[in-house]
Amino acid sequence: MQRIGVFVCWCGSNIASTVDVKKVAEVLKAEPGVVISENYQYMCSENGQALIRNAIKEHSLTGIVVCSCSPRMHEATFRRTAESAGLNPYMVEIANIREQCSWIHKDMEEATEKAIILGRSAIAKLKLNAPLTSGESAVVKRALVIGGGIAGIQSALDIAEAGFEVDIVETSPTIGGNMAKLDKTFPTLDCAACILTPKMVDCAQNEKIDILTYSEVESVKGFVGNFKVQIRKKARFVDEKKCTGCGECMQKCPSKKGLNDFNMGLNTRPAIYIPFAQAIPNVAVIDPEQCLKLKNGKCGLCAMKCNVNAIDYTQKDEIIEREYGAIVVATGYKPISLENFNEYGYSQYKDVVTSLELERLMNAAGPSEGHLVRPSDHKEPKVITFIQCVGSRDTSGCGKPYCSKICCMYTAKHAMLIREKYPDTEVHVFYIDVRTPGKNYDEFFRRAVEQYGVDYVKGMVGKVYEENGKLMVQGADLINNEQVVIPSDLVVLAAAIEPSPTVRKIATMVTASIDTNNFLTEAHAKLRPVESPTAGIFLSGVCQGPKDIPETVSQASACAAKVIGLLAKDKLKCNASVAHSDETLCSGCSVCANVCPYGAITYVDKEFRLGGGKTELRRVASVNPAVCQGCGACTVTCPSGAMDLKGFTTGQIMAEVDAICKR
Amino acid sequence: MDKLEQVKLVKERSGTDARKCMKCGKCSGRCPAYNEMDVKPHQFVSYIEKGDIDKLLNSKSLYTCLSCFACVERCPRGVAPANVIEAVRQEVIRVQGENKIQAEKVPEMIDETIPQQLLVSMFRKLNK
Amino acid sequence: MQEIKKDYKPLIVAFCCNWCSYAGADLAGSSRLSYPAEVKIIRVPCSCRVNPTFILKAFQRGADGVIICGCHPGDCHYTSGNYFARRRMSLLFSMLDYLGIERERTRVEWVSAAEGAKFSAVMNDFAKTVTELGENKRLEDLRCKN
Repeated sequence: MQRIGVFVCWCGSNIASTVDVKKVAEVLKAEPGVVISENYQYMCSENGQALIRNAIKEHSLTGIVVCSCSPRMHEATFRRTAESAGLNPYMVEIANIREQCSWIHKDMEEATEKAIILGRSAIAKLKLNAPLTSGESAVVKRALVIGGGIAGIQSALDIAEAGFEVDIVETSPTIGGNMAKLDKTFPTLDCAACILTPKMVDCAQNEKIDILTYSEVESVKGFVGNFKVQIRKKARFVDEKKCTGCGECMQKCPSKKGLNDFNMGLNTRPAIYIPFAQAIPNVAVIDPEQCLKLKNGKCGLCAMKCNVNAIDYTQKDEIIEREYGAIVVATGYKPISLENFNEYGYSQYKDVVTSLELERLMNAAGPSEGHLVRPSDHKEPKVITFIQCVGSRDTSGCGKPYCSKICCMYTAKHAMLIREKYPDTEVHVFYIDVRTPGKNYDEFFRRAVEQYGVDYVKGMVGKVYEENGKLMVQGADLINNEQVVIPSDLVVLAAAIEPSPTVRKIATMVTASIDTNNFLTEAHAKLRPVESPTAGIFLSGVCQGPKDIPETVSQASACAAKVIGLLAKDKLKCNASVAHSDETLCSGCSVCANVCPYGAITYVDKEFRLGGGKTELRRVASVNPAVCQGCGACTVTCPSGAMDLKGFTTGQIMAEVDAICKR
Repeated sequence: MDKLEQVKLVKERSGTDARKCMKCGKCSGRCPAYNEMDVKPHQFVSYIEKGDIDKLLNSKSLYTCLSCFACVERCPRGVAPANVIEAVRQEVIRVQGENKIQAEKVPEMIDETIPQQLLVSMFRKLNK
Repeated sequence: MQEIKKDYKPLIVAFCCNWCSYAGADLAGSSRLSYPAEVKIIRVPCSCRVNPTFILKAFQRGADGVIICGCHPGDCHYTSGNYFARRRMSLLFSMLDYLGIERERTRVEWVSAAEGAKFSAVMNDFAKTVTELGENKRLEDLRCKN
């Protein structure tokens, strides 16, 4: 006979104000099998847990039901409590009488009645619980970082620092990401390359870090501690080991008309190229769409010129298979496409540029070698107008509903840098709000206004049009209550940022959840900001939400700390709630293996005694408990009812249904 | 009529939620008739949200608004200032109770130079 | 349609997957978004754990409506569980239809962990629909009454 203890929590007044907790405890005490029923103000407190522990020992309880908050909150707590009192932790059931009862109902009688039913249902389930033990699985001591921007670089460096091996997979031919394209960084105006490139070099020189550029994650299988990942290393047609990065081939290449992605398409590059001088790895890559040799077989100049014979036109994509214990997603962002914003004339006028394009125009390593000239005629602009919130905070469907967070600060930075370098240039900024929370951020913005005399106009721009060779920026000045038209030479749009387009594919592969804006969801908005709800998947940088460089670096390090915590373990406790098959019922039909998303089910031939000394060899399903994640797909699909899920058995759920429907 | 009720009516007729406005002023930035207006497009939204309808009922803007709907097109928050203006306009005309233009007379007005759009918006503007 | 008894309250069983919908229900709770007390939630690891027999059992035991909530398509914690659930339920529902159980008494909804408001709205709407349909008599086993 089972001996069940019921513990009803008040949660201060959270439960007790709408649920008559004493009555619940009293009614549930009368349920068959219940030997003790208590109520207490805070069951999760040390005293509350002591009460449970004592009751388990004193009444030799075989199982407990805690009527309290959501099991997602404190199931783990009460399982530990039970375990410390010598009870199997899986002999604990939670009735959720806070989130799903007291907090949503106002009528005391109604809420109390529901709480009693939820309690009964938990008792009914508990009666069919069996003690479970969780298996253990080994942890592969290696991490994968997807994305080689500042977020991925920082996470990888920190993980490597702790002594674990890390691979960085980056789709472009070099690591560095968006930060490598920037000129200066706010609020200190350090040059981005000066603070980023040393980190890139650190990555390259660190023995623990393996950088796989020009590569993509193909598939991810497995689970926390044991991911099996396929990586496609795209053919770069240059032997990475041989190439010295001398750049001779770039000079000789006759096909020079490719758009330079690194310079945001503002100039061209040859078909064989190194993205930028400090690229890591400093190895050339051939664009197969552009290369004459690869397209029609005629050329081969680069191969002739190469002193180390690094060029290999026959190179093929290569699939690498590796195992990892943890995966960091650091896929970053890109500015949104501005095709929905014709009013600003981005696709119409060459001198309407995005802020990231301006970064390249101002960068000493950019297409104009740091001289700020307009793209159309390479003349110095005398009047520059910035437009903020282009596509941010837009609920009309053209843009993004969120604030992109970084634009106010980088616009102030651009305005300031321009006024510093070209004091006779007029700079106007159209803004809705200037948002500058952060250490030394507002001070920075005010300097742009007070010290550098940047003209901030409160109001949005309605249209940009050309007149007499000038770009006319027409907008409202809401403070002066007038419409203004500013004849400008260069217009800069602070385009909203969005998660990199690869993130959806990656999220599906690693089964991480994603929100309506394609940002990855964290396990808890406040308390677990760098973990995905899927165990073993961690979030670093803008893939989780817009953030600037300091924030990205902090998050990347926090992410690394979580990865290190995981990799430091030798064994992980597996999920105890796994499927198992009743071999006497199993017919070996293979249906369950087909639905299993983890490949946890295999078939073995087993000998069964038939009686009379006869035996029979039958094929039966066998579940690997280290691989099974306990979804239960197999249990429903099994035609003979041989599959069941421990902790959520068919019998248990039926008992819950019964208890709920009993009127 | 009760002022509160009038505000409610205008809100209802405009079919727009003035609370969604984030006060960016893009409507006024785009408006081609801005300089002819005493009450600007963004102010229409703001006044109606604050419940101050008198300023709107007496405003010149009711008749200078071109009903071009550029403000509606450009609003990043899905607020429609032109619809608010339209609703206030109807409120005024309904109280006055007379049609400024007869449907029968429209065919006479049509010639090749008048865009049909203008006739439609004139009809909407000056009739109850 | 049968006459609705005054203050008739339906009995509704909701199966919620642990990762999305159960968390969505918790969020509805912590946001204090109410829905009728007649809705009782059973936690399952995934919507694909819901065996059609659970639903038949619920109706047999006197439930007036059954709703299954899972992660949005593509967002399943177990990759593909909700797709299995969707297919199984569409088969089951057409069978229930054949048995004369109104189609509106059963429902599959996708509610994510972030959609507390949706959870509450869905439950309110479902409870309203089931209340209008009145008591379920078709599959009910009279021995289970009282």
